[in-house]
Amino acid sequence: MEEEKKVRDIVVPGEEIVAEGKPGRGVFSEGGKMYSMYLGIVDVRSGYVNVIPLSGCYIPKKGDKVIGKVIDLAPMNWVVDINAPYYAPLHVNDVPWRVGFGDTGRFLEIGDVILAKVSNVNEMGQVWITLKEQGLRKLEGGHLIHISPSKVPRVIGKGGSMIQLLKDSTNCRIYVGQNGTIWISGEPDGIVKVIKAIRMIEREAHTYGLTDRVKEFLERGDE
Amino acid sequence: MGMKSDIRLIDDNGLRIDGRLPNQLRPIKMEVGVVKRADGSAYIEWGGNKIIAAVYGPREAYPKHVQESDRAIVRARYNMAAFSVDERKRPGPDRRSVELSKVISEALTSAIFVEKFPRTAIDVYIEVLQADAGTRVAGITVASLALADAGIPMRDLIVGCAAGKVDDVVVLDLNKEEDNFGQADVPMAILPRTGEIALLQMDGDLTYDELTNAMEMAIDAAKKIYDMEIETLKAKYGGDVNEQ
Repeated sequence: MEEEKKVRDIVVPGEEIVAEGKPGRGVFSEGGKMYSMYLGIVDVRSGYVNVIPLSGCYIPKKGDKVIGKVIDLAPMNWVVDINAPYYAPLHVNDVPWRVGFGDTGRFLEIGDVILAKVSNVNEMGQVWITLKEQGLRKLEGGHLIHISPSKVPRVIGKGGSMIQLLKDSTNCRIYVGQNGTIWISGEPDGIVKVIKAIRMIEREAHTYGLTDRVKEFLERGDE
Repeated sequence: MGMKSDIRLIDDNGLRIDGRLPNQLRPIKMEVGVVKRADGSAYIEWGGNKIIAAVYGPREAYPKHVQESDRAIVRARYNMAAFSVDERKRPGPDRRSVELSKVISEALTSAIFVEKFPRTAIDVYIEVLQADAGTRVAGITVASLALADAGIPMRDLIVGCAAGKVDDVVVLDLNKEEDNFGQADVPMAILPRTGEIALLQMDGDLTYDELTNAMEMAIDAAKKIYDMEIETLKAKYGGDVNEQ
């Protein structure tokens, strides 16, 4: 990978991108030239030119771990809001419990929060999620906040460094869904601190040396 | 349009009643991200116009029968506040605002990659707080900023601009008096990168040459407004992206 530049190029929709590579995500080509689809930053890696949007809704991808809220019950499935353009049905076959027909409400109720995995997405945008995997479950208690999905990688940090820092310095349990929903559980003081830190990450997502500044912020809060 | 008056809209020096040249725009000020709850938003002051736009979506379209299985639908709602004009406007949709909502929806659809979000709706709310002629083109301009702010994929930003004829002179960007007492008004919206026309309407009478002239004027001006749009969008993030 090429060395990271200090100044990142912001592009607006329809702006021509002059870069070496094939059009990747967030880029469309017309007449042999590449243009941005989004208001975002240009990111060239492994031969592809991508534009990472600065805002926008979550686009589900197979295999993503997401945090969703149950918003409706049906006899054979739950309807889960995962912050995507579409609601995701969770079928009774995709949960680790034996659920009788029409008995869905005994296991998950409206308003419950779950950590689920996107098991399939089709070209029509329909999404299926599952709870049948290790670590996927209903999240009891805790606090939910939302951030832009494009900023999730910054909250997690390189190899999970940022999230580990947050967990270690506040003793909170934190789950970050790829859809930009974050679940935090712990002491109220810790939760407040984590939220402040995440808002800071969100605000300064595109700057360098963020982990160090967040560390400083968390330590400062300790005094 | 259509109202008779003795007012001279263009003086002996060729200046208009607000002192502008025939091909001069009114001052424009734009801002993005003005409301917190919407997915994207923008505000524009264009001469005496004050318009706010907010975007929600893409989200599943309801009622279900309005869904399109292969693309998103764009639902723009143009609405004038009761206090936006001299005499109180009766609130709610009327014949005019229903038409404008429709043409604005169609103009915005042409810029958005609607095929990326089948079965969804993208809602655009355009609220005119203060009106001073040319609200539909200002509304389209501000809506496109709000769409970009909401992270919706688009072919290009879309820019609106009006031209018209007053006192037998083709002029750019009519104000209230020129609109009321002038001879013609031609609102346009274009996609500046390709020069495609997304909206073209005409109220009043123009000869072919006058119309061509008016369109050229509006397109030239639209390109200037386009640069302002880009600058506004980049300014919102530019500071924090390039700091440090």
